[in-house]
Amino acid sequence: MSLLEVVRFALRGLSANKLRSSLTMLGILIGVAAVILLVAVGNGSAKAVSDRIEALGTNTITVMSTGRSSAGLTTGIAKALDDPVLAPDIRSISPVVSASTTLTYEGAEHEVSTFVGTTPAWFNASSTPVGAGSAFTQDDVDQGRRVVVIGQTVAEELFPGTDPIDEQVTVGGALFTIIGVLDQKSSTGFQDSNDTAVAPLTAVQQVLTGYGALTSIIVEAAAPDRVDAVQGQVSTILDQKLDVSSSSSSTPYRIQNASSLLETQTETAETFTTLLGAVAAISLLVGGIGITNIMLVTVTERTREIGIRKALGAPRRVVLTQFLIEATLLSVIGGALGVAAALIGSRFEIVGVKPVIMPSSIGLAVGVSIAIGLFFGGLPAARAARLRPIDALRYE
Amino acid sequence: MSRPVLEVRDLKKIYGTGETTVHALRGVSLTVERGDYAAIMGSSGSGKSTLMNILGALDVPSSGSYLLDGVDVSRLSDGQLALARNRLIGFIFQAFNLIPRTTAVANVELPLAYAGVKPKERRRRAMQALDVVGLADRAGHEPNQLSGGQQQRVAVARALVTEPSLLLADEPTGNLDSKSTADVLQVFDDLSAAGRTIVIITHEDEVSARAKRLIRLVDGAIVTDVRQKRRHA
Repeated sequence: MSLLEVVRFALRGLSANKLRSSLTMLGILIGVAAVILLVAVGNGSAKAVSDRIEALGTNTITVMSTGRSSAGLTTGIAKALDDPVLAPDIRSISPVVSASTTLTYEGAEHEVSTFVGTTPAWFNASSTPVGAGSAFTQDDVDQGRRVVVIGQTVAEELFPGTDPIDEQVTVGGALFTIIGVLDQKSSTGFQDSNDTAVAPLTAVQQVLTGYGALTSIIVEAAAPDRVDAVQGQVSTILDQKLDVSSSSSSTPYRIQNASSLLETQTETAETFTTLLGAVAAISLLVGGIGITNIMLVTVTERTREIGIRKALGAPRRVVLTQFLIEATLLSVIGGALGVAAALIGSRFEIVGVKPVIMPSSIGLAVGVSIAIGLFFGGLPAARAARLRPIDALRYE
Repeated sequence: MSRPVLEVRDLKKIYGTGETTVHALRGVSLTVERGDYAAIMGSSGSGKSTLMNILGALDVPSSGSYLLDGVDVSRLSDGQLALARNRLIGFIFQAFNLIPRTTAVANVELPLAYAGVKPKERRRRAMQALDVVGLADRAGHEPNQLSGGQQQRVAVARALVTEPSLLLADEPTGNLDSKSTADVLQVFDDLSAAGRTIVIITHEDEVSARAKRLIRLVDGAIVTDVRQKRRHA
């Protein structure tokens, strides 16, 4: 009897019990899809975190004032960092002040969470390119011109359907002319990174924040591998300028290094993925027990049929092959549908995370479900095929 | 004279051990020639089903020899036994034992499939066998769409489709009403007339009366074995 014939028998056996076959496949489908999707969600959130950090720019460090001493970071300090001798690896320095304020345009109001005052180098250092219009220039900063580049959210809120460029908005009682709109930035955190506005440092200091301490200084390194060197150079200059004794453990500033931040965040995300993977593995295990159960019931229930087939002259090998192929088909079709379900599911956002499928998780989930189906479908079938026909026929 | 289809010598079957030992068969010897139509009768517990299962190569005897078409069945391997069941014996059960949710013609084709017959040829012979039992028009029906008598006739078609040397029927009418019984018995009469060798187990006089030969089994041994004039319905 040819293998093709046995496959046809197996197909007939499956279609003869449509409900049971489809329920078994459903069990496998859910198990496989759950593993792939959960791992994809973990992976996706890890990727989202690293994307967010990379968006900050991996070759920049951020010097922040710790806030205890108000006379910490000043424009003077920022200028002092621009020292080709002491700090040769610095490409650019962007002093930053920021405040939350309200923008008003023809009676419409919009609360901006971060109104940034800085220098033109900031656009490049913080990877925030200008989409429409243009950025302000060093000349604008020097002259303290009241010009502003707004984020996408602000543009949509205040200027729905119209071109905001060359319009004037009121900020803290002063008129600012809009000269550009920032590119859409991927917003993955709690904060909308498109809800922002950027203006020359001097103008913002004059109108909103005053000439006190800076919020932070963004220092861009010449190359990503020079970041650590830059960090050392910056702290040397800062310690000198701010009179920090080397014995003192607390400094009036804090240096945030995007690449080291990325490292710790990635580690956290990997832990998260492992955790989700473990949960998924448990669900696959439970699914596997379900498959095992149904396979056992199927074969037990069909022991009588095996007896009939043997009485009609079916060799043990043919009976066994038929049941093995049935089990394989169930697991393979169920597994394939599970992969399809996971692929479809991964196109949607799940709890705010865009899942990213890990190819290895597909292999693992499908492999395990097939192995379970084969083993627990094959084992009882082998037992039944070994029975003497009369015992199989009498089986109740 | 050609060799007998079936020849058993001093067949014994013992179940269990020690105090619970049951002697189902206590030395049965029997020869069935080609073309014979024998009925084995006996009350419940007389060992007739045990004998039938051994004759059908579904069970093995504790001792004694069994030659089926000249072949010693007790010496066959598992694979050869499957072949013997497929080629030499057509078995008809009391409970019909059709494969559920499978059409009548597919059920009849099954032994041919195991014998390795090509699908086209299989379908033709299955339809022919169904025609013999008068159910060609029910070929596409599944067992649960057929009456008991029709199911048993499908089972008969399945048993004779491989042209076996021996047709074995274990209480074939036990689960049937009188109309269906008459239908099935008519099929046996026709097959016997066509030269088939039939051994049938029953406890109904109505069934045994139509056989050419009547064997009575009591407590695992043959008590009478007589030729009889057939009574036709």
